[in-house]
Amino acid sequence: MAHDNRYVDKDYKVVGSRYTRPDGIDKVTGKARYGADASAPGGLVGRVLRSPHPHAKILKIDTAKAEKLQGVKAIITCTDLPDLTNGDQGMAHILENCMARGRALYDGHAVAAVAAVDEQIAAKALKLIDVKYKKLPHVTDVDDAMRPDAPVLHENMFTRGVEPTPTAPSNISARTQMGYGDVDAGFAEADVIVERSYKTEQTHQGYIEPHACLASVNPDGTAELWVTTQGHFSFRNVCATLLGLDMAKLKVTSSEIGGGFGGKTHVWAEPVALALSRKANRPVKLVMSREEVFRASGPTSSTSIDIKMGAKKDGTITAAVAEMRYQGGAFPGTWAMLGCMTAFACYDIRNNRSIGWDVVVNRPKVAAYRAPSAPMAAFAVESTIDVIAKEIGQSPIDVRLKNVAREGTQAPYGPTYGPIGIENTLEAVKSHPHMRAKLKKNQGRGVACGFWFNIGGQTCVDLNIGVDGTVNLNVGTVDVGGARSSMAMIAAEELGIAYDDVKVSIGDTASLGHNDTTEGSRGTFSSGMATIFAARDAIGVLKQRAASMWGIPLEDVEWQGGQAIATGDMHSNLPALTLKEIAAKAGRTGGPIAGHNEIVADGAGMGFASHICDVEVDPETGRSQVVRYTVVQDAGKAINPDYVEGQFQGAAAQGIGWALNEEYIYGDDGRLQNAGFLDYRIPVCSDMPFIDTQILEVPNPNHPYGIRGVGETSIVPPLGAVGNAIADATGVRMTHAPMSPPRVLSALDARDAG
Amino acid sequence: MSKATLVSTFVNGDAVQFACPTEESLMTALRDRVGLTGVKEGCGTGDCGACSVTLDGQLVCSCLVLGVEADGREVETVEGMAQQGQLHPLQEQFIEHAALQCGICTPGFLVAAKALLERNPNPDETEIRYALAGNLCRCTGYDKIVRAVQAAAKQMRSRR
Amino acid sequence: MRYEKPTSAKKAADLLAQEKGAAFLLAGGTDLLVKLKMGMVEPDLVIDIKHIANANEIQITPKGFRVGAAVPGARLAEHTALKKAWPGVVEAANLIGSDQIQGRCTLAGNLCNASPAADSVPAMIAAGAKAVIVGAKKRRTLAVEKIALGPGQTCLEKDELIESITLPKPAPRTGDAYLRFIPRTEMDIAVVGVAVCVTLARGRIKSARVALGAVAPTAMLVPAAARAIVGTRLEDDALEKLARACSAACSPIDDKRGTIEYRTRLAGVLAKRVAKIAFARAGG
Repeated sequence: MAHDNRYVDKDYKVVGSRYTRPDGIDKVTGKARYGADASAPGGLVGRVLRSPHPHAKILKIDTAKAEKLQGVKAIITCTDLPDLTNGDQGMAHILENCMARGRALYDGHAVAAVAAVDEQIAAKALKLIDVKYKKLPHVTDVDDAMRPDAPVLHENMFTRGVEPTPTAPSNISARTQMGYGDVDAGFAEADVIVERSYKTEQTHQGYIEPHACLASVNPDGTAELWVTTQGHFSFRNVCATLLGLDMAKLKVTSSEIGGGFGGKTHVWAEPVALALSRKANRPVKLVMSREEVFRASGPTSSTSIDIKMGAKKDGTITAAVAEMRYQGGAFPGTWAMLGCMTAFACYDIRNNRSIGWDVVVNRPKVAAYRAPSAPMAAFAVESTIDVIAKEIGQSPIDVRLKNVAREGTQAPYGPTYGPIGIENTLEAVKSHPHMRAKLKKNQGRGVACGFWFNIGGQTCVDLNIGVDGTVNLNVGTVDVGGARSSMAMIAAEELGIAYDDVKVSIGDTASLGHNDTTEGSRGTFSSGMATIFAARDAIGVLKQRAASMWGIPLEDVEWQGGQAIATGDMHSNLPALTLKEIAAKAGRTGGPIAGHNEIVADGAGMGFASHICDVEVDPETGRSQVVRYTVVQDAGKAINPDYVEGQFQGAAAQGIGWALNEEYIYGDDGRLQNAGFLDYRIPVCSDMPFIDTQILEVPNPNHPYGIRGVGETSIVPPLGAVGNAIADATGVRMTHAPMSPPRVLSALDARDAG
Repeated sequence: MSKATLVSTFVNGDAVQFACPTEESLMTALRDRVGLTGVKEGCGTGDCGACSVTLDGQLVCSCLVLGVEADGREVETVEGMAQQGQLHPLQEQFIEHAALQCGICTPGFLVAAKALLERNPNPDETEIRYALAGNLCRCTGYDKIVRAVQAAAKQMRSRR
Repeated sequence: MRYEKPTSAKKAADLLAQEKGAAFLLAGGTDLLVKLKMGMVEPDLVIDIKHIANANEIQITPKGFRVGAAVPGARLAEHTALKKAWPGVVEAANLIGSDQIQGRCTLAGNLCNASPAADSVPAMIAAGAKAVIVGAKKRRTLAVEKIALGPGQTCLEKDELIESITLPKPAPRTGDAYLRFIPRTEMDIAVVGVAVCVTLARGRIKSARVALGAVAPTAMLVPAAARAIVGTRLEDDALEKLARACSAACSPIDDKRGTIEYRTRLAGVLAKRVAKIAFARAGG
């Protein structure tokens, strides 16, 4: 049955309130089970041997001694994972990334794996595997990798998107260009032109739970995988393909997830665990250590970005060009392309152009990190706008308002915006009390904006009504932020029943149709939409049952406030039938009552935010402290404001860490030097102030409740906000993130010298 | 593998015996031998606090304690916080204030916050933040966690 | 891996003497267990010192204080008399890691791990702390600054362990303080650490000890820095001389935690700040 996804303004009874989440009790009592919290009888411990070289040919892997060790049950290399990808290059890269095939492409690249009866024996076995490497020259910097003399990673990489196609391979996988208008004419009109170059270092999503799974493959081709993941259906599809299993026979159950932020949308250890289990014929538990997570999962790109912007004295930006270089790790990605799409998305710039270069280097294969590619581009653009503002003597907020994107503006990547909230967030920032708070000595204030698309995607839910009238809702999108509560609220809202009467679970892959990964801020948007439609389906059935119980025509039955009402003069003496009453009689009126929905949720709204950051800079050490922070973001419709605020605050904190101290440090030897939480410095509790939030609601016209995705947008503004605040405090413009103390002190010295 | 050593200890008030290799951490022993998976390995090197327990009342990272060191001592984990079906005020306030999202860091925070409030029933914001600096959270930005601890402290003070 | 928990320092020393394989002492374990986890050490024997008599005690003696080798940082913070006498030593020890680390880490362990960046060591040096060492055949006492020989290396013999750290009774009008620089607010290894201890007479600095951490292969006493402020009331130019002397004494490395230039610069910056605190504590 087709459903209408258009937004309808209404009064909500459940949605918009602050209900406590159903998974809360298990999480505060330690009962909740995450990836490493499962075990199986006869289970083995899986461990991975990793390359210590950033780039090397693998000449030989000798596992003989390790095989003889008592307690070792299986050892695998790439020969145990034959290439079944059938020409699908993306899959082939995933396969090679999970287990090296004749060459190691980064420090940490998996080259072999063992399954043994315990941890100590597995560790010992790894030491007994003898790998002969031939070291090759390596490159880890994105700009260095583009030079003609750079060591080439893939002999079959010929840059796409350039004319003519190069005849020699390079590390540049693609060039992208987008935008519209005439930038030369735009610069000619400008009164001021600013050109700046920026660099951002590589960061990691930093989820506290390492990758972990329990894999069990049976000789008959059936298998089970318990795994911490953002997308168990996607994992099923990829693992089944790589291992040559039928998808329906691989049952993947998602554990509770201990953070993902995009980093658990891809497989690394899982195909390896399955291959070990298949070979050993026993379940295998494979948990990555923290060091392995940093070295060998999927961090973000590091970037190098040039911005040129021109503006008139009245504040109009007449032209803007971004040229951006993103590294995707050892395998090609579309990260620069994404950067191009977002760089100028907050603004209506009549002449704009973005050029993106996607580059490979000897680093781990990059994965998405919350609004992937946007924070780096925003650092460059938001910083440059402030420089422009200073040059023409206008306030940073007013320059942004002067050029703000609105409904009807064409996005740099093509489509025209519907109703969007960026102007609302800027106005809210402008009038926010934070802007009027007095700054103390050595303190400065910065403002910045951010954007993220949000996606829809394939979604499937089942809603079943029990004979006592309580409801089971089975959804397929992994709950990363409290969506179980939001789904229960939406189902309760639609059915007209109490929040506590709905129990939400995340179904395994055997119990639902395909659901896309929880990413792109799609969880609440898509599963929410599917829940609404499944509930409306169920209401259709409830009405039919009521009609049959009363013996009246279906068209005389309405559903209101959780009850079937008989309408019309002829039936006015019939008392309403509650959902509970109808459910109790279901067995005699036609059987179990359910609603079901499979959709490709379409029409995801854009999420915009503006942030205010106050920073205090110690002029003698260059150390910055964020002393106050405010997030204003458009949520479309906040189903549960607690969880929306939580997304704003968490994303902002990640952005602040990225802005101040987080970076991958590679030595000249191409090895990662800070693969742990000691020296990869995420914000700790004492680093942060309270993060004030303001939720705006500009309804998304393509969702019945107006929902926009909220999870990602607020990681985008902080780099610019912090950079602008430091500039306000010190007069120095930082162009290299993270803006760590030595970099800031260096910049202060340059200011004092020059 | 080292020969396993028998350890006799008290966990959350119950007498418990387990055998573990000498090189095994208390964190691993609690998870794999005693079956209490509330302690989490976020890093294994004392940098994240997700494995926090108290040992004879002292807050520690269980990944930095050998399992054999627990012999004759008292270990308290998150599983011991709720008493007879009644949640500890910290647990209640964490839920009430939405101080958890993915929840992986939550057991560690609860144990650490409980240790804080037992030695300082009226901490200010700065004291709370520094006392919890050894517990990493990546989801919340710490805002609602600090508010939950403040609320629990207030609730606990009013009960005295 | 064998695990022993001897009840006397002599018994521990004997175990060390007799061990043919790799023997390690376990106090708080906040360094040892990290090395174990990272595969950096493979002990044949671990000797837990926490069951040694008096290892867990802080004793007030006629000469000052005796801190048993197993006393964790958290207990130092609770000892009112020690905090009053040597606030710099206690605050330095309390900067090591998180509250969880504080539940376990010890002065002796921090010293014997011999990281150049150890937080408690500069403060102990500045305060004139000594290490009481027990071997299978002899006992000796050494000034703390003599213990570390280089990163990860101490002068202790194979059969020796530290039984306690002693601190003198501070002379009247003495104040000590420690500051370190880290990029975050907590949880980082010191990029630079500076400790200063001053004793005043008639408002002027009569004697001083200045120690630096994380800027050389070991924490070190810097006599030239002390000379820069002795006889002064810590005026601006005395502070400048102090800063320059500290920077001049630095021979740090470039690593992921700091460059040579940055560390050298910050040694001077911190020296000025911490000297002022010590001076104020001394009553200046």
